[in-house]
Amino acid sequence: MSEPEGRGAAWTEERGTSDEGRRHVKAPRGERETQTPLLEVRDLVVYHGQLRALNDISLRVFPGEVYAIIGANGAGKSTLLRTIAGLNHPVTGTVLFDGEDVTRLRPEHRATRGIVMVPEGRRLFGSLSVQENLQVGATYARSGPWRIDRVYELFDWMRERRNQQTAQLSGGEQQAVAIGRALVANPRVLLLDELSLGLAPVVVQRIYGMLPQILATGLTVLLVEQDVSQALRVASRVHCLLEGSTTLEGEPGDLTPERVEAAYFGLGGTTAGDGSADGGNGGQPVPSAGHRPADAAPSADGGSEQLWPG
Amino acid sequence: MAWVNAIIQGVLTGGLYALFACGLSLMFGVMKVVNLAHGDLAVVAGYLAIGVITVTHIPVLWSFIIVVPVMAVLGYVLQRTLIQGALDRGVLTTLIVTFGLSIVIENGLLQFFTANSRAIGTGLPLVSGSFKVGSQIQIGYLLVIIFAVAVVVLLGLQYFLSASKYGRLIRAVADDKEAAQLAGADYRHVFGIAAAIAFATVALAGIFYGMYSQLSPTTGTDTILLFAFAAVVIGGLGSLWGTLLGGVVLGVAQQIGAQINISNEVLAGYIVFLAVLVLRPQGLTSRRTQS
Amino acid sequence: MSLVAETTARPAETVRVTRSRRNVAWTGAGALIVVVVMALLPYIVYSGTTSIIVQGFIVLTLASMWNLLAGYAGLVSVGQQAFVGLGAYLVLILAIHGTSPFAALPVAAIGCGVAALPMWWLVSRLRSGYFAIATWVLAATIMLIIEKFSSVGGGTGMPLPGLSGFSSVLLTAYTYWAGLAVTTVALAAIYLMLRGRPGLVLTAIRDDEVAARSSGARVGLARLLVFVVAGAGCGTAGAVLAISQLQVNPGAVFSVQWTAEMAFATIIGGLGTIEGPILGTAVYMILQQTLASYNAWYLIILGLVAIAIALWSRRGLWGLIDEHLHLRLFPVGYWLWPGGEKPPQSRLLSRLLSRLRRPRP
Repeated sequence: MSEPEGRGAAWTEERGTSDEGRRHVKAPRGERETQTPLLEVRDLVVYHGQLRALNDISLRVFPGEVYAIIGANGAGKSTLLRTIAGLNHPVTGTVLFDGEDVTRLRPEHRATRGIVMVPEGRRLFGSLSVQENLQVGATYARSGPWRIDRVYELFDWMRERRNQQTAQLSGGEQQAVAIGRALVANPRVLLLDELSLGLAPVVVQRIYGMLPQILATGLTVLLVEQDVSQALRVASRVHCLLEGSTTLEGEPGDLTPERVEAAYFGLGGTTAGDGSADGGNGGQPVPSAGHRPADAAPSADGGSEQLWPG
Repeated sequence: MAWVNAIIQGVLTGGLYALFACGLSLMFGVMKVVNLAHGDLAVVAGYLAIGVITVTHIPVLWSFIIVVPVMAVLGYVLQRTLIQGALDRGVLTTLIVTFGLSIVIENGLLQFFTANSRAIGTGLPLVSGSFKVGSQIQIGYLLVIIFAVAVVVLLGLQYFLSASKYGRLIRAVADDKEAAQLAGADYRHVFGIAAAIAFATVALAGIFYGMYSQLSPTTGTDTILLFAFAAVVIGGLGSLWGTLLGGVVLGVAQQIGAQINISNEVLAGYIVFLAVLVLRPQGLTSRRTQS
Repeated sequence: MSLVAETTARPAETVRVTRSRRNVAWTGAGALIVVVVMALLPYIVYSGTTSIIVQGFIVLTLASMWNLLAGYAGLVSVGQQAFVGLGAYLVLILAIHGTSPFAALPVAAIGCGVAALPMWWLVSRLRSGYFAIATWVLAATIMLIIEKFSSVGGGTGMPLPGLSGFSSVLLTAYTYWAGLAVTTVALAAIYLMLRGRPGLVLTAIRDDEVAARSSGARVGLARLLVFVVAGAGCGTAGAVLAISQLQVNPGAVFSVQWTAEMAFATIIGGLGTIEGPILGTAVYMILQQTLASYNAWYLIILGLVAIAIALWSRRGLWGLIDEHLHLRLFPVGYWLWPGGEKPPQSRLLSRLLSRLRRPRP
């Protein structure tokens, strides 16, 4: 594992992970309410085969924000991001981008509109070199500030190794290339799916440390993150999913750790959207009548009417 | 000396086989499509060339210029419609559809052109002649030309894939078509381009085959398809130069078989093919471990 | 409600499981009647007609086998003609040595089943496309090897000895009955296999191979069984072919055309159902007879229709019928009746039964 020696301010941990780094990109609350959201999702319902993965999810992302979606494994976070990117198809609900309904649009057309995703697990083109990966990302790029050269400035180790096969890079380096590949398309909204997966915490922090520079060019970021504290550190707003339903939404500054924990695990019954922990029953297969999944809210009445609306 | 002649013959024939095989390899490598109609497409190109020459009386070389682009367009259209439709429904459907296409093409040719073999007369004494090396080795000009063309085509393909925008896209889509979509690429279009290239190379090979040997409606499956596949498998999927190596190995094996007994020519090739399939399915050049 | 909800929403005793949606117990009797009627045909119709029907038997057997391979085990073989040829040659070899070709039929079946084993060893690890090509190469190789033996006619083949003692009409009749017997046994074998444990394993593989493996299903064994049965079935059909043609010619018996015919008949009729090949063979025979004078046309049309059906109507003609009538002549699936309902009996049968039970005034 050859981590490149940190060079330049980009790699220091101080930058970009502090409140300061985050605060200046977030619009004050009042202003936000009058803006039109850049990305909006309304009442999204998505199935995985017979499983209901997303249950009436709605959210809005405003320009310049860092919007984080958190939740346990299988909560539906990646499904949500993939649906926004166009790889999954909702049964009902809409995805709106800059006011335009893009729900029926193919992923490649969403990318050229400005919705670009960095997929879970990096998914670089294995037989292509670093530079070639970036070149593919730039093939159908919109016009904008990001070019391959600028990506090399952002990750300054990359230029020297641009002709290497991506399989020879470390996990963190691959993640950087994946982000670069998305950036050169000049997106308006950058979707980041589980950046931290498989990476050492130090590396993760370095990568999140890039965010301010990315945001400074006018991008908006919608990210999915399993590491809650990391998400809370960088996000201007947070959205928690549990078994396909929304359990919490708000600004990190307003949330107590207890509330977040409760929303994440579905404990107590005091989370936002009270009945949501037992309503819909998102990512669970149908339990038989009278049974409840062990980790669901204990306040559930055990009644079976709502279990399977299908 | 007969053996040396045979081996040279085998090596040179490998060029023709490689020309047949590279399109098959491309389609399988990029789209994961085993095009069972691949050989028949070569025959179609050959018949088209014959038709064009018969009707317009243009010199043979012009038939290349007309037929190859036509086949390329046909490839793009067929890929975007039939083959993509089959791919969307699964591997089984793809095999069934390409097999059906093969049978339809063969019987169509049979119906319209009868079962008689045809050849494309080159009319050029240079091409149908041969030269001597030393006192006992005789090499046909045509075969050398075909080998040279095959090498040029492979070089061109390699350059295209490594250095051009669409070449990169093709390789990217072959690696991960979803990730390519996320980068803004419509993989169906990229598949179409790959198919167009495959059809163009197989058309080239088919016309040459018509000059070198003879074409009949069943040549596609009798001879071409299995040989093309043998070249791909022996050489190793994923490597263009592997298909040349595979073609050469196949050609040499066939010639050795023929030296033992003339009726063993085709059989020898099949036996080598089966041996590779069983013992080393990833081929001679591949680094990967399974097909 | 979804299937999961249906099965878990009520206590177990009140859910009834049957093998078919309608009470089709009488189709077993029906099948028997059909076979008996078919057996009587040579007494009723001209030998020209029975010859045509024999062709139908051959194609039906082949199609059923291809359906077993592709529709149930997911194995697309483009080399079944290897067994057709092997079966024909087994009969030829035995006939040359004095055995009656009719007596050679079971030998052909067993011989081809055994021959399938080393072939499976060669191709079993290959995936779909490679598997298809490998079976094709194998068939071509076997043909080339057999052509080397002049004792069985070399490259041109030879006539089938041992049948000259029969009168023409009698021979046609015996051939017909042989074909009928082979087809009936083949269909019965497939039905029993699919209805039993192998069928369960095959359906599980079809739905999700990884899950099937991890539940302990012997995937490899099930596929091997299918390959052997299909080999035996195709070989027996090849044996009937030899008898009906009265000669064995390598180019004819090893032709890939056989695979084309069995594949197209299956796909048009419906892949993955036992009834499908029957319907498909009927369509095939009709097309072949009407277009016989147009040579290659019937294969062109058959091919185009098969492509169209594979793309747009995956379950074939029988699938369309099944959707609307919920008819299964060969019940191999399971149906769920929550609340303990009974499957609807056919009205005709229930009227008959009630009349039998009630004493007549």
